[in-house]
Amino acid sequence: MAEPAGLSLRHLTKSFGALTATDDLSLEVRPGEVHAIIGPNGAGKTTLIAQIAGELTPSAGDIYLDGECVTPLAGPERSLRGIARSFQITCLCHRFSALTNVALAVQAHSGHSFRFWRAAARDVALQAAASEVLARVGLAERAQVMAGHLAHGEQRQLELAVALATRPRLLVLDEPMAGMGKEDSARMIALLKQIRGTCTIVLVEHDMDAVFALADRVSVLVYGRCIATGTPQHIRANAEVRHAYLGDDGEVTHD
Amino acid sequence: MSPLLIIEQTLNGLQFGVTLFLMAAGLTLVFGVMNLVNLAHGSMFMLGAYALVMFERLTGSFVLGLLCAIPATALVGVVIEVLVMRTLYRRDHLDQSLATIGLILLLNEGVRIVWGKLPLKAALPAAVSGSVEILPGVAYPVFRLVVIAVGVLVALAMWWLVTRTRIGMLVRAGASDREMIGMLGVDIKKLCTIVFGIGTALAGLAGMMAAPIIGVQSGMGDNVLILTLVVIVIGGAGSVRGAFIAALAVGLFDTFGRVLLPPAVASMVIYILMAAVLLWRPQGLFGQHA
Amino acid sequence: MIARTRRPELPLRLLVALAVMLLAFALLPLVAQWFGSPYFIRLGTRVMVFAIAAVSLDLILGYGGMVSFGHATYVGVAAYVVAILAYHGANEPLLLLGMSVPGTANAWIAWPAAILAASLIALVVGAISLRTTGIYFIMITLAFTQMVYFLFLSLQQYGADEGLRLANRSELLGLDLGNRVVMYYVTLVALVLVLFGGWKLVHSRFGMVLRGCQQNARRMEAIGFRSYRYKLAAFVIAGATAGLAGVLQVNNEAFVSTADLHWLRSADLLIMVILGGVGTLFGPVVGAVAWVLLELWLEGLTVHWHVILGPVLIFIVLFAKNGLWGLLLGRGDDRG
Repeated sequence: MAEPAGLSLRHLTKSFGALTATDDLSLEVRPGEVHAIIGPNGAGKTTLIAQIAGELTPSAGDIYLDGECVTPLAGPERSLRGIARSFQITCLCHRFSALTNVALAVQAHSGHSFRFWRAAARDVALQAAASEVLARVGLAERAQVMAGHLAHGEQRQLELAVALATRPRLLVLDEPMAGMGKEDSARMIALLKQIRGTCTIVLVEHDMDAVFALADRVSVLVYGRCIATGTPQHIRANAEVRHAYLGDDGEVTHD
Repeated sequence: MSPLLIIEQTLNGLQFGVTLFLMAAGLTLVFGVMNLVNLAHGSMFMLGAYALVMFERLTGSFVLGLLCAIPATALVGVVIEVLVMRTLYRRDHLDQSLATIGLILLLNEGVRIVWGKLPLKAALPAAVSGSVEILPGVAYPVFRLVVIAVGVLVALAMWWLVTRTRIGMLVRAGASDREMIGMLGVDIKKLCTIVFGIGTALAGLAGMMAAPIIGVQSGMGDNVLILTLVVIVIGGAGSVRGAFIAALAVGLFDTFGRVLLPPAVASMVIYILMAAVLLWRPQGLFGQHA
Repeated sequence: MIARTRRPELPLRLLVALAVMLLAFALLPLVAQWFGSPYFIRLGTRVMVFAIAAVSLDLILGYGGMVSFGHATYVGVAAYVVAILAYHGANEPLLLLGMSVPGTANAWIAWPAAILAASLIALVVGAISLRTTGIYFIMITLAFTQMVYFLFLSLQQYGADEGLRLANRSELLGLDLGNRVVMYYVTLVALVLVLFGGWKLVHSRFGMVLRGCQQNARRMEAIGFRSYRYKLAAFVIAGATAGLAGVLQVNNEAFVSTADLHWLRSADLLIMVILGGVGTLFGPVVGAVAWVLLELWLEGLTVHWHVILGPVLIFIVLFAKNGLWGLLLGRGDDRG
């Protein structure tokens, strides 16, 4: 298992014409921690994730993974370096089974794929590794079901499985609980607690229960800037944060 | 190359370019608003030419023939839009491409059935059939100058239409967000029909302008179609401005290429230009959707 | 217990349909000769040649999502290379880059050269075109096809639009490719190999990545696959296979012309894939049979048969959603 990596964002800026989505953002994520990123809508959280994952190129600034500058690397290369992400809106191969979706992720990280003859489905090592990851997220029973036919909550679990299958050093999760009911969310939180420590986790979430249950530290994003970083308790009590979310009264509540 | 030759070829290139612009403007509008690949656009070019010849023979006048042929071609476009295109809007580009190829086969053979296989000639009125001395010692066909003028006028009209009228605003809005204009209560069906009609009329006009120069025969629009696609790729799909610049560029490059290079290479010039633009900007010069 | 993806075995219905189809092909020459209609043997070879090209197109269209309007180019170029080499083998040597190349009808030289030429063009066209998607990809592949068409049209030495006769049929293992039965079975073997190879390919590691990229390129890039590379590789493989169809075609017809390079021929191939069933691999074979027979029948009805073919094509596009193969087998979801 690979060592959890630290993430360092330095003066990251992303502009779309006149709109500045990420505004001179600097952030440190320690190896092995669970670091939540919260913020009101429009704060630029998804844009930030896209830049960390390599889908978007920053206008300025750099991204370091364990001290190595990964800014010039594109998405696929970052995945090979150990950054895995899950998507806010489920992004799977709907006509493939759950197992095949995961097996592809395993395949991407085990040698090259310019092999034109042997059936991938008969590659025991691939299938075994994929099976194991599916079991870990609790989808073993649904391995043969087409991804498009899974329930929403199961699809979110599969998103996580696909990301985990790449044996990441840094796992970036974009609202893993999105659209989930109470039960499914609780299950996901338990799952994330299990993998805590095996890799660094950056978690974007609106669900405050999850944030407080899981996060070691929390960063708050407003208008593309990080206005505060600290333990969940510290952030909860922070006046500036409260102001950013709701004006001046009340605690930081969940949606 | 002598300066006189350069001037002459530049004019030829512009004349070719505006013909391509007339074609590309219509096609890129249709793609931008309705997301429709219409490979039968070249057949509209052909139909326009045949309509001109037909009405010219009926009325005995080139101008009257032109004035009748333009709405007639637009009408054919509307009929095709209602009967065929409406079912194609929901389909993917492959289906649209193949279905419109079916239209090409139908129309190319149809004109052969009606008018026969032999090429037809479109007569020019005496006023424009001669040459004029644009510079001392340089005689240039008047009609080609007329074509350039018509092209520039249409370009201006298009600019006015797209930037200054309500329809133009809908076209631009449609190009960037089709669902939105539907929700604004605009009759999207009528808008599509109008846009398609305009596109067909432009293609037909291009054919009418070309008819006196290259003659009229079945399949004359097929090669023009591919060149039009090259123009759209270079200019960017959905952009009329891009179509104008790219059309003139293609017209000039092709014309000078044929004069300066051996035939085998000359025919490849514009495709090399296209490849070069693509390597630099995969969505074309002014395109928005890559 | 380790969950396993179902092994890519052929379900029974598919196996039976496939067997029947191949058996029919195998028996055709015997039946044709028995009925005294040897013309059908050459026709059958022609159909199988199209089938090989259509199957290779299905690889990139049905499994890779690439709508290539330029597939005929690779068939045509390979055919021309064989014909040109044969021409120079029978006449004066070819002057290429200052060197005198003798030309040949030896299949061991001409066929790989032809397939290599097709592959190289596929590599260049694919490298540029695959930087785009959607409508641009369609238009660009159309444009490149037109370019190659005009290039060969300008080669007066090789017949231009009148075409080029094959000076000598290719010499392959001492077989007489001029014999229509021999040519037929050589082509049938090629078809079977292509189908078998194709089947293996779409289930291999490479094939799974390609299919994943068609379904969700964003997801594939996120797990570490550069979709461009896999699509380009598939494009070249398809081009090479189409080249194989080309060398067989020119040996069957003993003739090649620019009509084989025209974009409407590419459209023919796309129609065969759609008619047979996109993404079924075997469907395009049925599609090729159906389309060739349809055209033959219509041609016999009237000289203006295009005016019927046009609407028929529109009808097929609008209503033949799963293709004939899907009709025969019922919709299958056995993917991966």
